[in-house]
Amino acid sequence: MSSLWEYANPRKFMSTSTTLLPWVSAIAGLCLVVGLVWGFFFTPDDFRQGSTVKIIYLHVPAAIMAINAWLMMLVASLVWVIRRHHVSALAAKAAAPVGMIFTLIALYTGAVWGQPMWGSWWEWDPRLTSFLILFLFYLGYIALWEAVDNPDSAADLTSVLCLVGSVFAIISRYALLFWNQGLHQGASLSLDAEENVADVFWYPLLICIAGFGFLFLALVLYRTQTEIRARRVKALIAQERMT
Amino acid sequence: MIGLLLRDLNLAVRAGGGFGLGLAFFLIFASLVPFGVGPETGVLRVIAPGILWLGALFACLLSLDRIFQLDWEDGSLDLLATSPLPLEGVAAIKALAHWITTGLPLVALAPVLGLLLNLPGPAFVWLVGSLAVGTPALSAIGTFGAALTVGIKRGGLLLSLLVLPLYVPTLIFGALTVARGAAGVDAMTPLAMLAGITLATLATLPFAAAAALRVNLR
Repeated sequence: MSSLWEYANPRKFMSTSTTLLPWVSAIAGLCLVVGLVWGFFFTPDDFRQGSTVKIIYLHVPAAIMAINAWLMMLVASLVWVIRRHHVSALAAKAAAPVGMIFTLIALYTGAVWGQPMWGSWWEWDPRLTSFLILFLFYLGYIALWEAVDNPDSAADLTSVLCLVGSVFAIISRYALLFWNQGLHQGASLSLDAEENVADVFWYPLLICIAGFGFLFLALVLYRTQTEIRARRVKALIAQERMT
Repeated sequence: MIGLLLRDLNLAVRAGGGFGLGLAFFLIFASLVPFGVGPETGVLRVIAPGILWLGALFACLLSLDRIFQLDWEDGSLDLLATSPLPLEGVAAIKALAHWITTGLPLVALAPVLGLLLNLPGPAFVWLVGSLAVGTPALSAIGTFGAALTVGIKRGGLLLSLLVLPLYVPTLIFGALTVARGAAGVDAMTPLAMLAGITLATLATLPFAAAAALRVNLR
C-alpha cells in the first residue's frame, strides 16, 4: 500500500521530510564530529606520511559523495523523464550544488595533501583530472538550470544533459587512464581487496563517510524543500495576478 | 532528407560566410601559437599534434550555434518538426551538414598547418586520418549541445560550457593518435577508440538532440 511513489506528492514529501530533517541533520552532525575528532586527534600518525595522512577523513568521504551525488541526480533525472514527478526534478536540481561543493572539497584537500607529499599542488593524473571534469559537468548542469526560464523545460533539458553527461563522464574516466599513468594511489577501501587501510584509520573513516552521506541527505532534503516552497510562492503570486 | 542537407549546405556556402569562418579561425589559431610559445621548431614539433586538434575543436565549437539558431529564429525549425521527417533525422542531417561545412575543410587544411607547426613527417597520415575519423563526433556532440541551448538567448557561452567537457574523450584519443604517429609508435589503438566514439555518438546523440529540440519547441 505504501510505496516510494507516494513521496512524489509534494505535500507528502514535505511532511515526511520535515519530520526526518532534524534527525538526519543530528546524525550527520554527530557522525562528523565523532569521526573527525577521532580521526584528527586519536589516530596515530602514518610512519611515512606523518600527520598529513589525516586529510583522508575529509578527502575520501567528499570524493565518494561527489560521485554519489551525480548518481543520485542521474536516478532523479530518470524518474523525472519516465514518470514526470516534479519533486524528483527538484531534488536533482537541489543536489547539484552540493555535489559540486563536495567535488571542490575533494580537489582542494587533494591539492593540500599533494603539495607536501607529491611536491606539487596539481598533477595531471587520471583520478584528479576526472574529478576536474566532473566539476565542469556540475558547472554546466547548474548553468543550464539557471539559463532556462520555463521550469519544466529546464528540468527536461537538464535531465537529458545529465543522462548524456553520465555516459561521457564514464568514457572520459577510461580515456584518461589511457592518456596518462597515475600518481594517485589505488583503491584502499575495497571490500574484497587483500590490503586495505589499517583498522585504526578505517573506523573513524567509516564514521566520516557516514557523516558526509547524512550531510548530503540533509542538505538535499533541505534544498528540495526550499525549491518546493519557491515553486509554491510562484504559484501564489501568479494566482494573485489572476484575480 | 537530401533536400534538407542541400538546403543547409547552400545556406552555409552562400549566406553569411559561415563556411569559411571556421577554416579561417583554424588558420589564425595555428599561426598564433608560435607567437605564444616561441618559434623554436623543437618545441613546436612536440606540441603540434595537440595544438592542431585543439584548433580543430575550437573551430568546430565556434560554428555550433549556427546549427539551429537561424532556423529557430525564422520558424523553419517548427516547420521541420511538423514535417513527416522525424526530428532525429533532422538532427542527424544537421550534424552531417555541420561536418561537411566545417569538419571536412579542417581535414583538408590540417596538413598545411602541420607544415607550419613543423609536424614530423610520419604524423601527417595520422593527423588527416584522426581528424577525418574524429570530427564527425565533434559535430554530433555539438549538435546535441546546440539543441539543448537553442531556446536560450545569448546561449553561446553556455553552449561552450556544456559541450567542451563532452569533447574530452574525442580530444584525448584524437591528439594521442597524432602524437603516437609523430613518435613513430603504433597509433592504431587510439584511432580505433576514436572511431568507436564517433560511431557511438553518431548512433545515439541524434536521439538526445531530438529530445532536447522537442522540449525547446514546446
